[in-house]
Amino acid sequence: MSIIEDVREIIASHGKLPVDVATLADDADLYAAGLSSFASVQLMLALEERFDIEFPETMLNRKTFASIGAISSAVAELAPQERVA
Amino acid sequence: MNALGSALATTLCERMRRVATIAAAHAEAVDSEARFPREAVEAMRNERLLGCQIPVDLGGEGATVAQIAELCAILGQACASAAMIFAMHHIKASSLVSHSEGDDWHRGFMARVASEQLLLGSATTEGGIGGNLRNSICAIEVEGDTCRLQKDATVISYGLDADAILITSRAHPQAASSDQVMTVFLKDQYTLEQTHVWDTLGMRGTCSDGFLFKGEAPARQILPRPFAEIAAQSMLAHAHILWSAVWYGIAADAFARAQAFVRAAARRTPDQAPPGALRLAEASTLLQGVKASIVAAVEKYEEARQDEDKLSSMSFAVAINNLKIASSQTILAIINHCMLICGILGYKNGTPYSLGRHLRDAHSAQLMISNDRILGNTSTMLLVHKQDTSLFG
Repeated sequence: MSIIEDVREIIASHGKLPVDVATLADDADLYAAGLSSFASVQLMLALEERFDIEFPETMLNRKTFASIGAISSAVAELAPQERVA
Repeated sequence: MNALGSALATTLCERMRRVATIAAAHAEAVDSEARFPREAVEAMRNERLLGCQIPVDLGGEGATVAQIAELCAILGQACASAAMIFAMHHIKASSLVSHSEGDDWHRGFMARVASEQLLLGSATTEGGIGGNLRNSICAIEVEGDTCRLQKDATVISYGLDADAILITSRAHPQAASSDQVMTVFLKDQYTLEQTHVWDTLGMRGTCSDGFLFKGEAPARQILPRPFAEIAAQSMLAHAHILWSAVWYGIAADAFARAQAFVRAAARRTPDQAPPGALRLAEASTLLQGVKASIVAAVEKYEEARQDEDKLSSMSFAVAINNLKIASSQTILAIINHCMLICGILGYKNGTPYSLGRHLRDAHSAQLMISNDRILGNTSTMLLVHKQDTSLFG
């Protein structure tokens, strides 16, 4: 499974979005789609658990979680190589 | 005075001290009658203090958040309601100054705020949202060049006395509840039908009645940036800093009264330390803590404003939340100390040592944006954010 599919699945279960994640493009604004700051933390925790990563302080901002694409690139940057392959 | 050491700061403070003299003379009537502090607000206009934050090229004075916080603290020592109105006005002005600079209509409006000394009101609270201003039920409807909005605003502070109201709503009728915008409506572009009366323990002069707001205005009056961005990048920081400055002012005046009480007692019995002296020293420690928190937050904010990533980081949000929690709790402890020092003369109204109004006004601090909500929000962030343990970092 690619990172982006994993990310989509985690958003679907933890993002608490009022819309179906499948209808969102990779670059769609998740905040405009209804992502709350509380849900973004839960999302972050679920991503840390799934990919065995830890978001550094510099990534804990709105930009990192602005879209499915942005989250996926952050995860790709942090994930251990064997999980990305 | 490093953050304030300019000629502008000196003149701003002198002008605000004149306002404070007038505000102090009417503070008791404002409190007992729960009425708008019209004399104090008129004095702010006469001293041109409602426009001081507007950029110089638009006719303002470009006052910094540190300078405005100092003004809030000066006025807070005289009349907390007037000071909170001044703070709320400047929190709204900060949204325009920080997020609308490139927009013609809003630039023109800022110039009017400065030249006509317009008082800006705020309508972010709505019935049914459970106090979370980052959610709206109502939605703005744009049709051609016109926008229309109806909002069950359970609180609009000084709603009837504001010259314009900055109001939040969902960005469009299909938008998610957190997808919000803020719109400027001028006084002749809306009607207010009163639904709630502000009869409260303290902060009685802010006249924060509830209204059914109905407005229609040109759609270009919608602020160009999403409200989420405005809230995270300037509004929360301005609010927590300026509120804390007002609260510091309340506590500082309570402290001054308690100190006068202890000094009077010491003069009567010069050989014996008055019983309240130690407690005054304790209150001084607490007051210094509040002051230090505000100064540190202002420095952190000014630094973060240079870097958008820092401004939208969790570490900044946690720090600015902590300021609000710490100052709102500590001022109650300070004023309680002062009450113990002044005894019955502090408890009684109408003495030079009266502290009842201070204590009642100060109790609003924990509730205006509930500390429990803010702590909940911080505790969520602390699940992922690691506290900065450095001293100066």
